[in-house]
Order: sequence, then structure tokens, then C-alpha cells
Amino acid sequence: MANKNLPIFTDPISENNPITKQVLGICSALAVTVKLDTAIVMTMALMFVLVFSNVIIAALRSYIPFKVRIIVMLTIIAALVILADQVLKAFLFDISKQLSVFVGLIITNCIVMGRAEAFAMQNTVKDSAIDGLGNGLGYGVILILVSTFREILGSGSFFGFQVIPQFIYDQGYANNGLMLLAPGAFIVLGLIIWAQRTIIGFKEEN
Amino acid sequence: MHSNAYTYRFIIIITGVAALLLSLAATGLKDRQDFNRALDTKKNILKSVNLYDKEMDPAEIEESYKSNISEKYVTDVGEYSDNAEDLLLYEYINDGKIEGYIIPISGKGLWSTIYGFFALKPDKKTVMGITFYDHGETPGLGGEIEKEWFTSQFPDKKIFDSENNLLSVTISKGKSIKVDDYHVDGVSGATLTTKGVNEFLFRDLKSYENFLKKSIQS
Repeated sequence: MANKNLPIFTDPISENNPITKQVLGICSALAVTVKLDTAIVMTMALMFVLVFSNVIIAALRSYIPFKVRIIVMLTIIAALVILADQVLKAFLFDISKQLSVFVGLIITNCIVMGRAEAFAMQNTVKDSAIDGLGNGLGYGVILILVSTFREILGSGSFFGFQVIPQFIYDQGYANNGLMLLAPGAFIVLGLIIWAQRTIIGFKEEN
Repeated sequence: MHSNAYTYRFIIIITGVAALLLSLAATGLKDRQDFNRALDTKKNILKSVNLYDKEMDPAEIEESYKSNISEKYVTDVGEYSDNAEDLLLYEYINDGKIEGYIIPISGKGLWSTIYGFFALKPDKKTVMGITFYDHGETPGLGGEIEKEWFTSQFPDKKIFDSENNLLSVTISKGKSIKVDDYHVDGVSGATLTTKGVNEFLFRDLKSYENFLKKSIQS
């Protein structure tokens, strides 16, 4: 990877993270992060859609009629999302049931549309692919972080394996039910955003 | 600036290609999806009579289903029949003895059609279990009906009163005020989903009423 391309890849993972910095794609980040396995499958589905929509749109960017570009983007994104959903239903049926509507809702995930409009329409296929990968990973890192906290605190497990030993429960410890609900995700996500902004020294503009 | 004719042509080609790809994918994956769906149905039938546990792999589910569950048909008046247009009923059979009856239930929730199974003990009036699968209710609200905390309230409830009138099991709004054999706690934020479930559960049990009453008298 040339030096010029490196920031395209790394920026969305930390400094310009789609979830914590741009605050996009929050809906699914709250919904699928109760357990790690659903968070990871969701990340892979989003990454697939993001990379391919970026690549296809970048490849077609000089042919897409400007007036109807949003419709064209939506058609491409929707087709990819349905494809991902069909594949999940065929090969990962149980997880696809847990993800329920959220795979389908990738269509309306602002990250995908945002990258298509803001990046893929102006850049080469290669750069767009890297951008899609970077943003997908940026989304995934946050999802995995949030779901790690939620699964350990809410269910006492990690990837479905019990990590909090029984004797701690015997001492009166209880799983935190709030972590399994959407407000738990809000709190964890808020703390992560706080930590990240403190570390990179980001200040909201007045 | 592109001409209008170009725009139309472009859109037609894009939608054509997308439609072609998706129909290819849908037909290509259909067999696997159907297999998964059928397996999930069997899993839920087993779950309703407590024969399923999480460790089971697909072969074990098939095996357990084959050896424990038999598919039957009953008519409106409660006789067994061979006609596939009559009411479908599953019997849970262990060592040649009937251990339970499983009734398929389905109906409208808030957003979607909900499918499930309702299992009764051999006395035909005590609930053995209930499962819901395949629904499109809001996750976290209406979708909670498929969770264990909700379904685990059903076993040992009754569907007939002492005079043999069909009551069904009713989901209360919020916490159940009446602690009796015929009510369970509701799901907060899911009033319309549970209202739908109440309606179709009663309606589906009603259509099996003659069959269910038959053995109570005998």
C-alpha cells in the first residue's frame, strides 16, 4: 500500500471513525451488539456491501447521470444488501435470524450512502475499495468493542463462553440486565466516544 | 450533462442487471434456505415439547424429530383423517405412548405474520410449551415474544375452565394482575403484538376445540 493510500485506510478507523466521529450507523450499532458473534457477522455484511458499492460506483462514476445518481446508488446498494441477506439465510441461518431486520436495514445505513456520495463518486476504483475497507473496519472495531463490554457485563460471557466464574455469582454478583437493552449500548458507546475524543484531543467546533 | 434518453437507458440497464443478479442468487440459494427453514421448523416443534437443547446438530434434530414426532390430520369435528386439507397436528410419541399434542399457530402481530407452535400435555388442557419462530416484530419489543423469559411462563397453564369452556391463555397488558391458570405477563412496549397473539392463539385453539374436547370426556 503506497503512503498516499494509507490515510484513506487508517483515518476512518480512528480519527474519522464513521460511528464515533461522524456518528453514522448508530441504529445498527445499538441493535446488534448484545453478543459478539452477531456484531462480527453484521460487520462482515456491512464491509461486503460497503466495499462493493464503493467499487461499483467508482467504476461507473463517469457514466452515472448526475441527476439520478442517488437512485442509482440506492439500486446498487440495495442489490448488494439483498444478496448478503440471501447468503446469510443460506449459510448462517441462526445468526441471520438473530440479526433479523438489521441486515436489510444496511440499505439505509448512512455510512454506505455517505461513502458512495462523498468518496466513490470522485475517486478511483482502487482508492474507493480501500476507503470502503477502512470504513467497514472502523464500524467493526466499534461494534466489537461495544459488544465485548455488553456481552461480558450483560451475560457474563465472551463469544458465548462463560468467562465470569460461578464463585463470583455465588458471592452475590449478578449480570447487568441494562447492558442487554438499548440504553446499555448508548452508555457504552458514549463512554467510548468520550475516551476516544480525550485521547485524540478532539474538540467540537463552536 | 447527459440527455434524458441516456438517463432512461442507464437506469433500465442498472435495474435490469440488479434484478437478474438477485434472481440468480435467490434461485441458486433457494434449496439451502428451504432446508434451513424446514430444519428450523422441526427444531421449534421439538422445542415446544422440551426435546431440544442448544448442543444438537442438524443430524440430531432430524433424528429426534423422526423418532418422536408424528404428523397427523384432524377434522373440524375432531376425528383423525388422511386428508391433507384438514387441520395439521403433531403428536409427540415416546415408547408408543402419546406424550403431547402440538398445534401450529399463526396470525398477524403488529408488522408481520407470526408463526409458532403450541404444545399441550396428553390431558389436552394443560400447556406443555409454546414457541414462536419466523416473525418480523420489532426486536427488543414485540420480538421479545420468542425469548425464553416470555415463553417459559406458559407451561402448566390451562386452556379450558372447569366447565370445559375454551379460554385459551391470555397475555396481559404489562404485569399480569390476575395470577391464575389462564394469564401470563405481557411485554411492555409490545401491546399490539401481544394483542395479535392473543387473538390468533384463541382462534387457532378454537378450530381444534372439538378434537381437544373429545378425549376430555372419554
